[in-house]
Order: sequence, then structure tokens, then C-alpha cells
Amino acid sequence: MTTTFRVLGLLALVAMALVPVLPLGPAQEYIWHVVIQIFLWSFVGNAWSLMGRFGLVSLGHGAFLGVGAYATVLLWNFYGMTPWLGVVLAVLLTVALALVVAYPCSRFQVVGHYFALVTLAVGEVVRLWIVAERDWTGGSLGVSLKTGGAASGLWTLQFADKRVFYYVGLAAWLFGLWVWWRVDRSMARSAMEAIGEDETAAASVGIRVTRFKMGITALSAALTALGGALLALYLAYTNPDTLSGIGVSLRIVFAVVLGGMYSLLGPFVGTALTIALSEYLRIYFGIKLIGIAETIYGLLLMIFIIFLPAGIYGSIRAALFRRRWPRPQPS
Amino acid sequence: MIEPIFILEAVVNGILLGGVLALLALGLNLIFGVIDIVWIAYVDLVALCMYAVYFLVTLYGWPLWLAGLGAIGVGAGLGVLVHVLIITPILSSPPINQLLATGGLLFFIQSVATLLWSTDHRSVRVSLPTIEVGGIFISFSRLIAFALSVLAMIALYLFLKRTYTGTAIRAVSQDREAIALMGARPQRLYIVTSAVGGAMAGVAGALLSIQYAVHPYFGGAFGPLTFMICVLGGLGNMVGAFFAAFIMAQVISVGGVMVSTEMGYVIAFVIFIVLMFVRPGGIFAKRG
Amino acid sequence: MLELSQVTAGYGAFTALWDVSLRVNQGEAVAVVGPNGAGKTTLLRAISGLIAPRAGRVAFEGAELAGHPAYDIVAHGIAHVPEGRRLFPQLTVVENLKMGAFLPAARAHFHESLERVYTLFPVLAERSAQRAGSLSGGEQQMLAVGRALMSRPKLILFDEPSMGLAPVMVLRLFDLIRRVREEGYTILVVEQNVRQVLKLADRAYLLEVGRIKMEGRAADLAEQDFVRQAYVGF
Repeated sequence: MTTTFRVLGLLALVAMALVPVLPLGPAQEYIWHVVIQIFLWSFVGNAWSLMGRFGLVSLGHGAFLGVGAYATVLLWNFYGMTPWLGVVLAVLLTVALALVVAYPCSRFQVVGHYFALVTLAVGEVVRLWIVAERDWTGGSLGVSLKTGGAASGLWTLQFADKRVFYYVGLAAWLFGLWVWWRVDRSMARSAMEAIGEDETAAASVGIRVTRFKMGITALSAALTALGGALLALYLAYTNPDTLSGIGVSLRIVFAVVLGGMYSLLGPFVGTALTIALSEYLRIYFGIKLIGIAETIYGLLLMIFIIFLPAGIYGSIRAALFRRRWPRPQPS
Repeated sequence: MIEPIFILEAVVNGILLGGVLALLALGLNLIFGVIDIVWIAYVDLVALCMYAVYFLVTLYGWPLWLAGLGAIGVGAGLGVLVHVLIITPILSSPPINQLLATGGLLFFIQSVATLLWSTDHRSVRVSLPTIEVGGIFISFSRLIAFALSVLAMIALYLFLKRTYTGTAIRAVSQDREAIALMGARPQRLYIVTSAVGGAMAGVAGALLSIQYAVHPYFGGAFGPLTFMICVLGGLGNMVGAFFAAFIMAQVISVGGVMVSTEMGYVIAFVIFIVLMFVRPGGIFAKRG
Repeated sequence: MLELSQVTAGYGAFTALWDVSLRVNQGEAVAVVGPNGAGKTTLLRAISGLIAPRAGRVAFEGAELAGHPAYDIVAHGIAHVPEGRRLFPQLTVVENLKMGAFLPAARAHFHESLERVYTLFPVLAERSAQRAGSLSGGEQQMLAVGRALMSRPKLILFDEPSMGLAPVMVLRLFDLIRRVREEGYTILVVEQNVRQVLKLADRAYLLEVGRIKMEGRAADLAEQDFVRQAYVGF
């Protein structure tokens, strides 16, 4: 990272940290709301891209979101368990689910299409199960987070002031970027890329294919579950369609692909754009054209995949780098 | 303890359900086996064909059987459109791009349907009787759907086995380069395959429309199930998909009666995962 | 009949053929020999259209065919029996032969061609309903040749036909090619088994590392010392 990047990055961070303090006018609550969503969903997007960039295309991340969200909320609602603990349990539960699904897939080379279909099925089944167990999950109507009442605050992670969640979101997002960056620089990355190219060859040089695949899946699932839990805590409500199922799974994927699957900030750019777009459409069209946002997403996803697979951010970055470094001179 | 008669009824209904599920799985498998791309949006295309039946009947007053034929035509047309517009540009892209493209299509279809026709459930009012056979109640529409789906599968079989084009389609799935050396254009064969796959979606749509109401997220109900069936039978394996469809249909039907409808699906999924552990290539994976 | 002029071809960044020129006259049997990796298979693929040459011309009976797709080149009368035979394993013998006659012109004479193939290779008639994948190596080779004949070609390209065959079968194979030649077809054979193929060919070319190193009458080439030393008894 060059000095320019570092300075710019630092400035951006300072600016972001200051947002809640600046007087943003009457719409400030709304702005914080949108930005919090952008942070949390980008966090989830980065988590997904940990798998996506290595060819493990999961179309069922909604399952991890859902389990993370529901477990946290229900543990609080029924047992009064503080989210600090609840989130941990939720993450562990999600990782268990991920490992159960990932094991046969990793061990027996279920890749590409097979894998995507399996994850699709998992995502939907989690949603169906949530709906089926409506007695205690609330079914399709969802479940609201019980207010902590007098005990609100750090213990219950419920805050009246959105700004606290702003910082929570910012912290989570930065944490996700850090994890992504660490993976990017680790042995795991080279191993996963080797596995992605040729699994048998990778295995023959001693790469523990199963372990790596399961590890990456578990990591991705854990982070996604955390994201789901945070979203549920923030929105104080969870519902099987907003936090599980195919729709949300595809929305995550779309945002990441739009921004660029192989870059650090790609998911952030993509998520920011999609959320901004959907908010704009909602304001502009109101309830008149339900589904217009998703229609545009679907269309853009197809167009991007065909013409711009590196995503917006990824393509810009590639173009910039090409111009930055001079072409190697022919010898 | 549930009375055995209900279990028997569930078994029979499971067989009937299996017919249509098999049809769905075969269409998907045909396309995957030949073109090597999974149409994630396949069941949503089926939903579009169901909408076609609905509108042909309610808006244009077509008789049901004609609307069914219309749906087949719509399906075939959609199949070709999807192949030409979306699949052809990504034929040589990495699998992730192919999955995302058809995933995007799924997204697109579901949201366009919501946009155009809202989330209302729409059903073709068909009042077909329920017949009773030895204490078991069978819906006549289910029976017809089963019979017609079997016919459709036989027709597909004959097409693939007996006709020149059908044999060529089987050949291209076995060796794409070699078939080009015989003077056949793989691209054209792909288009025919997509049309046939789409037509089967049309048949499935027509048959489903007399049993279920259609809504934009119908694909979400049957899609994952179809995929599980295909994976279970071995992706690309037509015979495997056929049997896997009936197995899953039994699990869902009997499970649905013994516990609850949604749990029937969950149980089916659990069994699916277990079978994945045991036979990851699909229970009918070819050895060697 | 067939004329290659300075054909350069390869895969991606890798060039397998450099400036290759060769000629096959009507009625001839021409062999191209050379070691592994010389580019022999690339040569045939460039002729039959599976890959497009980067430079040079491929003229067949006057028509310029370089860059044309495979299905078009077959229509001009060139049949390619690929390396490894590339049969359709799940299809039966007769279905494979049917595929060979895919072209409309060939389909019109399907029964005639089928008779011819069955006369040449009676074994195929016996096993017509058997899956191609379950045939023996020799039978598969016959089927591959028969399939090529179904397209009623003028020129037949053989890519390493003896590969994977037991030594006994190899002799029968070259007999088979001789018989095909006697039926009137022009053939171009690419082979590693130098001794056998030079016995059956009229003329031959030596291809090494993508370039033609030698050409001449097959009998003359067989005499060459270093050819003998390097390849005979291979």
C-alpha cells in the first residue's frame, strides 16, 4: 500500500468516524439508518466473498444469516440471554451447520454447480424450517426483539440512539475488512487458489483440501452469522424472508458481484450502490412499483456477469493499476 | 398413531407428485447434461408458463387444454431466448459466472413477476372431482397431471432415442468436438436442447397449474426441491433423476402427513444431506 | 487435392506448427511421422477445423478452408478420425454410424454407406446394437473409421490410429487402412509407428518440433539412417 493510499484511507476513516457527530440536518436519523445497513450488509458481503472468490459459490448464505439472527433473538426473548453470549452461541450453531453441509461437499469434491445447488437447498430449507416451527419462531410473521426495558444498553445491546449502532456497524465492517485482508495474505489464500485451479493436483502436493475448504466455509459462515445477529439486534426484528431464503442470498451475491468479488472494497462498493439504489427507488416510486428494485438488480446482475465479471470496483481498480505501473520492457 | 389408510393415501399422492417432480428434474438434467450449465432459474420459467396458462384461460378464454399447449410453446420460446441471450455469452466462463448469470435470471423473473402481476396467488379455477378408491381420496387433477407427465417423459425418451436430432443431442453431451467432426453444429443442437428443456418446463407448468396457484415466488417452493432431486440422482443422470424424484416425493408426502407440510420438506432435506454423506455423487452415480 | 501453405497454428500462447507446407494428391496415401509433441495432431486439427490456423492457407480442391469451422470442412469432404477415436461411448454402433452421416448429403445415402461399412467391417454388423464403449480396442478403431466413411468423404485424416492398440491389432489396423485406401479414398495418416505407416504410404513428411524436416517418397524415407535409428523398433 503506497503512502497516498494510506493517507486517503486514514482520512476516509476519520471522516466516517465523525459522521454521527456532524450536524446532518433533520434527515440525519435516516442517513445513519442507511449507512448502518450499508456497513452491516457490506460486512456480510465480504464474508460471502471469502468463499466466492475461491470458486465456492454459495447461493444459500441466507441460511447462516437466518440462524445467526434467529438464535440471538430467541435466546434473548426466551432465556434473557445477553446478546454478548447469545451471539457467540448463534455463531457456533451456524458454524456447526456450515460444517455439516461442508463436510460431504469438501471431502467428496462437490464443487461448482453441485455445491451451489446444495447451498441453495440449504438456504431454502432453513427458511422453511423457521416457518414450520412457527410456534416458537413466529413463522412468516417474524419475531420482534423484546425490549430490555430498564436494562437497555450495553448488556442487552439495545440502544435508543442509532449512533451507537453506527459505531458498532463501522467496527464490524472494519473487522470484516481486516479478516479479509488477513486471509488474502495468508497461506490459506494460495492454498485455496490452488484448490480452485485443480483440486487433485493441490491434494497431491500435500494441501489438505478438505480442511481448507471447511475452514473457509466455517469462517464465512461465522462472519455471516455475526452479521445476521447484528442486523437483527439493530432492526429489533427478524423475519424469515428478510434474513433467510433465496432472495436475501441472491441479494448478497449480487451486491458483491456488482462491486467486485475479488477485491477488498468490492463488496462495500456494491452494497453501497445497491442499498442506495433501492432507497432511491423506494423514495421515488413509493409503493407504486413493488419489485422494481429487484428487477433492476436481476437485470444488472446478468449484464454484469456477462460483460463485467470483475464488477464495477474491480474493473476500475484493474484499469487504474494498468495505468499506474509501466508495461515491462521487452528484453 | 396415524391410521394406515392415511399413510397409504400419502404414498399414492407421493407417487402422483413424483410424476411432475420427475418431469421438472428431467428438463433441468437434459439441459445440464448437454450444455453443462445449470439453469438455476428453471423452476421460475415453469412459473412463467403457469402464468401463461392462467392468462390464456382467464383473459383470452382459451380452453384449458389449449392453454396447456400454449404454455408448452411459451416454454420452448423462453428456453431458446434464455439460451441465446444469457447462456451463449457465458458458455466458456468459469462456473461461478454461469451460476450467477442464471441466478440473476431467477432474481429477475421473480421480481418482474411481482412488478407486473403482484404477489397475489393466481389460480386457474378448475373444479375437478376427487375420486375415492378403496377409502383413499385422490384428486383427479393430480391423477391427470401424473398421467400426462408420464406421457411427456415417454415422448422425451422416444425423441432422444429414436430421432436423428435426439441422438445427436445425446452425442453432443458425450463428445462436443467429435460431433462437430460429423458436420453437426453444437450451437444449433444446444438451441434445440434449450427449446426442448423449455417445452418440458411448459408441460410441467401446465400440469402444475391445475394443482397449485401461481405466484412470483413459486420457484422458491419447487426450485430447491428440484435441485435436490437432481443432485441426488446425479447431475446429468436422467434415470437417476427419475427415481430420485419419486423417492423425494414419497418422503415429502408421507412426512407431510405424519408431521407437517413444511417439515416434510425439512425431513427430505435431512435425508438429502445424509445421502450426500453416503453417496456424494448422487445415489445413482455411475461408478468409474 | 489438399494443399497446406505455410500454416502456423497453436493453442493460446503456444505455437505448435511453424510454416508447415504439404501436399496430398488425389488417390495418394501420405504419412506424416515424427516424435511425440511434434505437432502432428495439431496439424490434423488445423486441417479439419477444430483449431484455426494463425497464418497460412489450407486449400482443398481449390477452396480455401483455413479458419472455417469443423462442420463446414466436413461438408467439403474431409473426414477426421480423431486421436483416441472419440467415439460416443453411450451410443450404439449403428447410432455412432448414424452420427457419421449427419450431413444432409450423407444422410441421403445413409443405407448405401451403411452397407459399405458393414461389408468392409463385418464385425460392426454383428455388434450393431452394442454400446460403443463396450467394444474392444480394435473394434472401436474400426467403428471410428466406419463413422468417418459414413460422411462420404474424399479425404480421410487418421490421427495416430495405432495408439492404444495391442501389437497384433496394429497390423490388422494398417491392413484396414490399406483396404480403405483401395476403396478409392485419399488418405493422410499421422503416426508414431514409422515402420508400419511407411510401408503403406506413397509419400511421407517428417515433422519435428512443428516444422517439416524432410519429405519424399515413403520408400526413400524408410531408408534414411537416422530415421531408422531413432524411430524404427519404436
